[in-house]
Amino acid sequence: MSALRPDLAVIAQNVAPGSSVLDVGCGDGALMLALRDERGCDARGLEIDPANVAECVAAGLSVIQGDADTDLAFYPDGVVDYAILSQTLQTTMRPRIVLEELLRIGRKAFVSFPNFAHWRVRLSLLMGGRMPVTPQLPIAWYETPNIHFSSIDDFRALVGEMGVKVEDAWFLSGNERRSAAAANLRAEHAVFLLSK
Amino acid sequence: MTGEKAAPKCRKVMSAAIPTQSETLTLQAALPLDCGRSLDGVQVAYESYGKLNEARDNAILIAHALTGDQYVASPHPITGKPGWWVRMVGPGLPIDTDRYFVICANVLGSCMGSTGPASLDTDGNPYAMRFPVITIRDMVRAQVALLDSLGIKRLHAVVGGSMGGMQALSLAANFPERTAAALIIASTARHSAQNIAFHEVGRQAIMADPVWRGGDYYAHGKGPEKGLSVARMAAHITYLSEAGLTDKFGRNLQDRSEKTFGFDADFQVESYLRHQGIAFTDRFDANSYLYITRAMDYFDLAEEHGGMLANAFAKSDARFCLVSFDTDWLYPTAESRHIAHALNAAGKPVSFMELSAPFGHDSFLLDVPALDRVIEGFLKQ
Repeated sequence: MSALRPDLAVIAQNVAPGSSVLDVGCGDGALMLALRDERGCDARGLEIDPANVAECVAAGLSVIQGDADTDLAFYPDGVVDYAILSQTLQTTMRPRIVLEELLRIGRKAFVSFPNFAHWRVRLSLLMGGRMPVTPQLPIAWYETPNIHFSSIDDFRALVGEMGVKVEDAWFLSGNERRSAAAANLRAEHAVFLLSK
Repeated sequence: MTGEKAAPKCRKVMSAAIPTQSETLTLQAALPLDCGRSLDGVQVAYESYGKLNEARDNAILIAHALTGDQYVASPHPITGKPGWWVRMVGPGLPIDTDRYFVICANVLGSCMGSTGPASLDTDGNPYAMRFPVITIRDMVRAQVALLDSLGIKRLHAVVGGSMGGMQALSLAANFPERTAAALIIASTARHSAQNIAFHEVGRQAIMADPVWRGGDYYAHGKGPEKGLSVARMAAHITYLSEAGLTDKFGRNLQDRSEKTFGFDADFQVESYLRHQGIAFTDRFDANSYLYITRAMDYFDLAEEHGGMLANAFAKSDARFCLVSFDTDWLYPTAESRHIAHALNAAGKPVSFMELSAPFGHDSFLLDVPALDRVIEGFLKQ
C-alpha cells in the first residue's frame, strides 16, 4: 500500500478486512484495488470521469459512472460496511447532503479532505491577498473543481451539528501525522471515520 | 444451413480467417413460448470459435442485434463480408478465442438458419404470419437449450449490444444460474415509445408493400423488397448520430453538381440510405423483421418481474457491466444508467460507463478503443 496517496493509505489500513465498501469518487481505483487485493474487501466505486471508470473496469473493478451529488440516492440503506469519500467532499454541490447519504448507505463513513486552514494557506491569503495556490491546492480559483472548502474545525462543527459520531480521525502533512490538537493549523489533510 | 428454408438462399463461404464451427441444433423438446404456444423441432444455427475447456467454464455467448446473425467473426455466407464483430472477436482480441469458447447463435425468429417465419411448418409450407409472436425471453430460451446441448452449465459471460444486450439482460435475469457475468452494450431494459414508434414505421412500410401479400410471399419468389428496404432506411437513421451524418454527407450532392428539381437521390445521404435499404433485402427476410422488431417492442424486463427492475436480478450472482455511448439516441445513456441503478439497488456488482464516440448507436460495432479495453478487462476476471 506504500504507493497509495497518504490519506488513502490511512483509510486502507483502517478498513476492517473482508468488509464491503463503496468508494465515492474512486478515481482510477487505487484504493479499491488495495482494499480488494490486500484486505479482501468487496469494493464498489462511483466515479464521475468516464476515462477513470473505463480504467477501473479494465482493472476488474465494479465502478459506476455517476455524480456524488445526484447518484447516491440510488443506493439502498446500509448496503455497505463503509462508504468512502476521499478528496471529493469539497467538489460536491451539497456537502452536507452527501455526508448524510454516505452514512445512510454505509454503516460507517471515511471522509478525507484538504484543510483550508493549514498555515500555508492562511499565510498565502494573509500575505498575498490572493486565493491560495499551494502544492496541495495547485489549481487557480477559477478552474478548481473545489467549490466548498472547509477547515478541519469547520468539518468538526458540521458533523457535530449533524449529530454524527467521530469514531476516529487522522491528520496528515504529506506522509507525516499531525496531532489532533494543532491539526487545524498544521495538517494539510484530514481523514475522519464517522458513524451515526 | 438447414436447406429447408424458403428464404433466403445461402451459399457457404469457406475462407474463414478464424477456425469456425458452423452447426445447426434441432431441439428435441418443444420450445415453450411467452405467448402460450410452443414450437416443435426448433432449429438453432450457430457459429463457435475456440475450444471449450475441460471444466466447461470458458464459454462466452454473444447475442446478436436485430439484423445481426451468428457470423460474428466469420464471413457472411450471402454477402461475403467479414463477420460483424471481427474487430472484437478473435485470437488475442478482447473476446479472445485462444482463451474463450465463443458461441453466437442466430436468434429464434431470424432467417439465417434458426427457426423463423420463413421456416416450414409441419404442413410443409412456410409459417409466414402463422409463426407465433416471440419475445426476447423466447430467444433466450432457445439459446439456453443450445447451452444444454453443449453441456455448458454456466457461461463465463454473456455479451450483447443493442438487442443482444436485451438478451444478455434477459438471460441473467431469467436464467440466473447460467452466467457468471453479463456485458450489456448500448441497450435498454425496455423499449420506449420512441423505439416502438420507429419500429412501427418499419413494419407498416413492409405491410404496405403489395408484394408482402399478408406475409405469404415465399411461393412467389420475391419478397416485399421495397417495404423492407424503407424499413431498413428508417431504422438505419436511428443507428447513426446527427453529427455523424453531417460529417459524412452534409448537404453534398450525389454525382451531380446541381439539384435536379426531381426526386432522384440528389443528396449523398439519400443515395447512401437507398443503398443500405436495398443491400439489406439481399440478406434479410421481411417477416423476420416484423417478428423480431415485435419481440423488441414487447421487451420490458421490469414488467416481467412485478414492475420492479431491481427484482429482475434478485437471483443473479453475476457481475454486470453496462456501456452506453454519448451520441446514441436510440438507447441513450439514461437507459443504461437506469439498469445500473436497479442492479445497485439489488446489491449486485455492476459497472456502468458512458463512452464518448461519434457514431451514434452503431458505436458498439465500430472503432472505439476504450470499449475494447473495457470488454477485455471485464471478461478477464
